[in-house]
Amino acid sequence: MLTEAQAWQALDAVEDPEIPVVSVTELGIVREVVAEGDGLRVVVTPTYSGCPATELIAESIVDALKAAGAGAVTVETRLSPAWSTDWIAEGAREKLRAYGIVPPQTAAPGGAQVVRFMSRTLACPRCGSMRTTRLSEFGSTACKSLYRCEDCREPFEYFKPI
Amino acid sequence: MGAQMTMQTTPEHLEYVLRLGDAALIHGQRLSEWCGHAPVLEEDMAMANMALDLIGQARLLLSHAGKLEGQGRDEDALAFLRHEGEYRNPTLCEMPNTDFAHTILKAFLLGSFSLLLWDRLGGSGDLELAAIAAKSLKEARYHAEHTGDWVIRLGDGTEESHRRAQAALDVLWPYTNELFAPNATDDAVSAAGIGPAWSELAADWEAAVLPVLQHATLTVPARTPFQSTGKFGRHSEYMGHLLAHMQHLPRSFPGAKW
Repeated sequence: MLTEAQAWQALDAVEDPEIPVVSVTELGIVREVVAEGDGLRVVVTPTYSGCPATELIAESIVDALKAAGAGAVTVETRLSPAWSTDWIAEGAREKLRAYGIVPPQTAAPGGAQVVRFMSRTLACPRCGSMRTTRLSEFGSTACKSLYRCEDCREPFEYFKPI
Repeated sequence: MGAQMTMQTTPEHLEYVLRLGDAALIHGQRLSEWCGHAPVLEEDMAMANMALDLIGQARLLLSHAGKLEGQGRDEDALAFLRHEGEYRNPTLCEMPNTDFAHTILKAFLLGSFSLLLWDRLGGSGDLELAAIAAKSLKEARYHAEHTGDWVIRLGDGTEESHRRAQAALDVLWPYTNELFAPNATDDAVSAAGIGPAWSELAADWEAAVLPVLQHATLTVPARTPFQSTGKFGRHSEYMGHLLAHMQHLPRSFPGAKW
């Protein structure tokens, strides 16, 4: 038997498989943990529709809770409200930066408006220089784009607001 | 979600959701063909990423369609085990990639339409569909931004890129007629508060698309009466080949997992 509070604590240790410096709770994808009889029901909101990590995350959640002593664990996917980068915990943003990923800076735009040739001024997560260039709008995962610092010449990633 | 299950599922409702799911699936399948073949690495990643989003949307939509249908078919059964005439995507989705300009123009024309559609479907009376739409809208913004930027780069680029972009627009433009063709399914779905008739989006779509094409110095072809019919299940000669490729593995090895 695991209480809801203990379950949350166990989930704090479940890493995102693509970005192992942040946990699934810090990413804001675990919405609810409900004790049901001897077991637990965990409600998860996926990030991107096509994110290949979604299924692995569900498995990791079940494994972690069982290892912590939970009985039956069911993972329920909830689409609404849709996940937003605004749900990423404040503390996780600095962890992302230290890991070399610039955290999402602005809230996702509202409405259906599209901005042409959007250029964001991002500070390099390594040297802090503002002289940075976007190399690719789509990066190694759906949630990130790829940048380069013109001063320290290091590449870095940007977590796109959504 | 249980709320929408109390809503009586009509054949038109199912048909409408299948159109959405099949459009995402077939467009995503086409984009995925670029994986490993794109002109530059950045675009290889971009197209693979967009394809992943689209196929993710297709999974959600086809799962939902399977539930509405109530015959026990899941997303895989609908994606891989139907015959050509049962697919409901607009013909534009199945048009071949041809070259980078064709792919970008097609993704731009379709993506601009999806953006408007997801925005409207966010208020659907079908709550599951509304949830899928709200999620897809966020992804569609990135797709429309990226492809729109490329339309301008290609059209207003070199002589060669302009020539190719214009050739692509000339080929693809007539297929956009189908998106806005009035039909009984749309009328029923619109009356039931499930989603807009696609024809309602025509004016907003043109207002979104035409300025970008103009900025790209491309000439918009004159409208013709040509009507493709993919969303009614009558597809182009390209569809059979696409399906053969896409369905080969699950049909050869039923229930295959990796």
